[in-house]
Amino acid sequence: MSAGVGVDLENLWIRFGDFVAVRDANVNINGGDFFSFLGPSGCGKTTILRAVSGFLDPSEGKVLIGGKDMRGIGPNKRPTALIFQNLALFPLMKVWENITFSLEIKGASTAERRKRADELLDMIALPGQGDKLPSELSGGQRQRVAIARALCAEPDVLLLDEPLSALDLKLRQHMRTELREIQQRVGITFIYITHDQGEALTMSDNIAVMRAGVIDQIADGKTIYNDPNTAFAASFVGENNVFRGKIKQVMGNEALISTNRSGDLVARISTANQGKLNEGDDAMMFIRPEAFAIAADGATGDHFVTARVNHEEFEGNVFNIFTEGDGGKEIKVSLPNLGQSFEDHTGQNITLEYETRNAVLVPAGELAAE
Amino acid sequence: MNNSFLRISIWVYLAIFFLYLLGPLVIMSVTAFNSSAFPRMTPWECLTFQWFGELFQDQRILNGIKNSLIIGAGTVVLSVAMGLAGALMLTQIWPKLRATYYTIIIAPILIPGVVLGISTLVFWDRINRMLGLGADSFLSNGIFLTVIGQSTFIASYCMLVLVARLQRYDIALTEAALDLGASHAQAFRKILLPFMRPAIASAAVLAFLASFENYNTTTFTFGEYPTLTIELAQKVRYGITPAISALAFIIVALTVFFALLNEAKLKRQELVAVARKKATVEELAGKIKLPSFFAGNMAAVLLVVFAVATITVVGTATAYNPGQCIANVKEQKRLEAEQRIQELRKQREEQRKKREAEAAEQGDAQQSAPKPSNNSGFGNVFAPNALGGDAEEESSDTETPPSNNGGFGGAFDPNSLQNDQ
Repeated sequence: MSAGVGVDLENLWIRFGDFVAVRDANVNINGGDFFSFLGPSGCGKTTILRAVSGFLDPSEGKVLIGGKDMRGIGPNKRPTALIFQNLALFPLMKVWENITFSLEIKGASTAERRKRADELLDMIALPGQGDKLPSELSGGQRQRVAIARALCAEPDVLLLDEPLSALDLKLRQHMRTELREIQQRVGITFIYITHDQGEALTMSDNIAVMRAGVIDQIADGKTIYNDPNTAFAASFVGENNVFRGKIKQVMGNEALISTNRSGDLVARISTANQGKLNEGDDAMMFIRPEAFAIAADGATGDHFVTARVNHEEFEGNVFNIFTEGDGGKEIKVSLPNLGQSFEDHTGQNITLEYETRNAVLVPAGELAAE
Repeated sequence: MNNSFLRISIWVYLAIFFLYLLGPLVIMSVTAFNSSAFPRMTPWECLTFQWFGELFQDQRILNGIKNSLIIGAGTVVLSVAMGLAGALMLTQIWPKLRATYYTIIIAPILIPGVVLGISTLVFWDRINRMLGLGADSFLSNGIFLTVIGQSTFIASYCMLVLVARLQRYDIALTEAALDLGASHAQAFRKILLPFMRPAIASAAVLAFLASFENYNTTTFTFGEYPTLTIELAQKVRYGITPAISALAFIIVALTVFFALLNEAKLKRQELVAVARKKATVEELAGKIKLPSFFAGNMAAVLLVVFAVATITVVGTATAYNPGQCIANVKEQKRLEAEQRIQELRKQREEQRKKREAEAAEQGDAQQSAPKPSNNSGFGNVFAPNALGGDAEEESSDTETPPSNNGGFGGAFDPNSLQNDQ
């Protein structure tokens, strides 16, 4: 999969006045990869994208596309095509004119443009819609037109700035699959910006988790989900329950943490932090809602948590139990619905059990906002 | 009850409002068709088209129109270009400077046109001298100066119109064009300019109208090229004729025509858009069936009615001869005047008799009082008593046609002179 053109960010800093939008980013994106920048809004991911597409110059560091430094090269000279958050289809041009705008710039004939437009319309499954205006299409159709327009320019790198955020849920899920398929078909590098961890996890080969201009972790989706580097990555990607405390004892790759309210618990130190956490350090332990099981009452030990149930809800595929947690936060437990009967625990104390490998320990740090 | 009262007051208010807005135009338009030599609506004398004929024979008016059109065209080009540049600049400028920049650009609208006119004249005269050019150089040419002078503030109007549209422009469109390989010039020409086209058209129309009606600034700069407004102002100084009403009518009619045309076109676009939305893919690819031009398009229907009415009026005008009517009115006027003079004379005679009788009664005490002399050729019109009597008559008899020119008691009617002798 390394046929495509890679993109490298080297010690990239981007400042707006005193504000640091991107802080020392180092990213290697392999050619032909589907790479996502995942982070909450305002974390600098769009800024990185604009630096790659050439709309702004980095304050420090380099953007390399295919190994070539892009400094001083304008957006119209870079081998990138950007799909804007609001798509930015040209409202006065018909769909086929929109798609083949890059050919018009190159001076292609109308017949040539028509032909290419038809090919691309077939590819995005909108055959014969070329004579419509963008305003006459639905959101998902516009989305695909924007992709076709970008692909028509035959870029080496396609940049997508939260292109699905304006769509409704069903369409968004459908477009995820479609985007991934298109990427595999054309085989070029996709750089995808999103704040939706679901999008990032389902589509990407690799994900960079960003927080306030800093890249916390770069890894594939499974690693990010199961083995986060930081408290932020752990709390931002997927649902997670946090237990704060101090490390009591380090035992190789595992550690005992004395939590504020649940006693001493055992956890696995996340890969990136192994050997870096010491006894007495403030730490955070994360356990996914689905990693809990209900244990027999009265069970005690370093992988049991006892808590009072606040309320419960039935979600269909899972049954959620919310219990009192640490620092005002509830502990969420999701039990899969396998047809068993669920007992109502509201108001009762229950004991929860987890396996050590499902409890991840990272240094204490900033959590993602709810 | 309260509700219906409210509704009625709203209608009354609307009626008054529209009367206030359109009343003068209606009256002026009507006077263009009255044969009376002074533009007036009542008394209605005869339907005539002579004032239109007179208008089109007036070389000064025609020349004024020609100059106005030339200057209008020049102003449109210069103002729209400057306005667009100003508007684009506003979006590009450093945000902290934006408010200041905006104020500076808008300032010419607030400066009196007279000041702009004088300063234009002074400024370009100075430039002309600095360059050592003569008085006949293009820098002191009336058309050049007027275009420049008018554009100083019309460009600001244009900028306001263009800024309004530009604020709705998504800068991402330009970025998208750049990203797809377009140069800045291409992005401007292929994306921004087409987007701005409607606003540019509006700005051009606005600029032309503002230029066409301008007087304050032009009056200082026109040189040897008086515009229509200048000519009209000079004409009015020597008395107003219905030919000016005829011109006003033509301008009103043209305005209505273009307003309807625009409205019909907009409505048409709207209908086409709706039809396109409903059309299936096959229909779009081939030929979509569009609704007929008049369906659901009130403005288009009105436009046709208007056009038919215009053709009818012009047709009638060429065939119509109000000569007989005018002769009748003249005759009638003469008779009325005669009658009035008779009445006046009778009245005066009675007054004189009464006064003589009074004088006789009071004897010597009043002898020194001046007696009105009756032997002037003006039929006593200058006698204070005659004036007083007339005023009384005016107030008591509202039916009296004003065609008799009130206080002068028909003194200027040639007939009355003849009768007197």
